[in-house]
Amino acid sequence: MSNAATFDTRTDSAIPMESPLAYSYRRSGAPATGPASRVTLRERALLGHLIVRGGAIALDEAVRGVLGISLPGQPQTLVQDASGERSIQWLSPDEWLVIVPGGEEFPLETRLRERLGSAHYAISDVSGGQTLLELAGEAARELLMKTVIYDVHPSHFPVGKGVTTVFAKAATMLRRPDEERWELVVRRSFADYCYRWLLDAGAEYGVNVEQ
Amino acid sequence: MFYIYCPYCGEHREEEEFRPKGQAHIERPAEPEACSDEEWGNYLFFRNNPRGVHHEMWVHAVGCRKFFNVTRHTVSYEILETYKMGEQPSITADSQSLPREVAAVSHQEGVWA
Ligand SMILES: [Zn+2]
Repeated sequence: MSNAATFDTRTDSAIPMESPLAYSYRRSGAPATGPASRVTLRERALLGHLIVRGGAIALDEAVRGVLGISLPGQPQTLVQDASGERSIQWLSPDEWLVIVPGGEEFPLETRLRERLGSAHYAISDVSGGQTLLELAGEAARELLMKTVIYDVHPSHFPVGKGVTTVFAKAATMLRRPDEERWELVVRRSFADYCYRWLLDAGAEYGVNVEQ
Repeated sequence: MFYIYCPYCGEHREEEEFRPKGQAHIERPAEPEACSDEEWGNYLFFRNNPRGVHHEMWVHAVGCRKFFNVTRHTVSYEILETYKMGEQPSITADSQSLPREVAAVSHQEGVWA
């Protein structure tokens, strides 16, 4: 166990938590589904996000032992567990993003620290700093095509890929967990901007928001 | 718009994701206290400004956020190669392996490559 000071960032359950988009829903609304809806936007709020840095070999051994998923060593790769609820995305040669159901991040961090012992690594809980937006529907890719600078054609962006790129001038992690869905991990401070961009850009596809 | 190959991401990425960071392969003097003012000043402030082949650092700012090296031709702006930190360029001002069109531009502009 390392001597790093850690603490559980989750508030007491008596204190209500608000998603980064709570303000956006109030201010900009959440369009309902209609006959012309070809894109659905859904926020998967308050998940556990950990940034894990260090050598791939030591980290791989640790996450396989704790999460049962092997660390993606290849650039631009996204791996998930069987349920699809836990994922690891390659961010750089020594950096990965781990996303788990909300509340699991602190126990996970603690167990990883126990496993990693005196290895040279860093784990940062960034759950409060970013949120995950999900796009589904037949026009999701079309919507992305006018928003991100990265080529999202299926031949270039297959399922299981994840990149950090520019989304409407903001930095975003764009991921494709399966055939139907695209995921955007955006900064909390940019969440409202990205939400309103998606509503505006999605208007022509009758974008609807699931809450 | 053009694409730059990031040696860490292993693929070509949009120019907008990158930032230039100045001359590459600058070595910090091993013993700063033993440097003359001129040596230290040269290390700190003076940079090459060649017409022709230039080695630069770039950072994949929106992406893997790693620094890497670029060999770029300052007349044609062509990126001749990119390579990881710690590696040496395979194309230099002295090397004979310049692409023909770059060599032609150098000649036309009167550059001593
Ligand atoms: Zn990169």
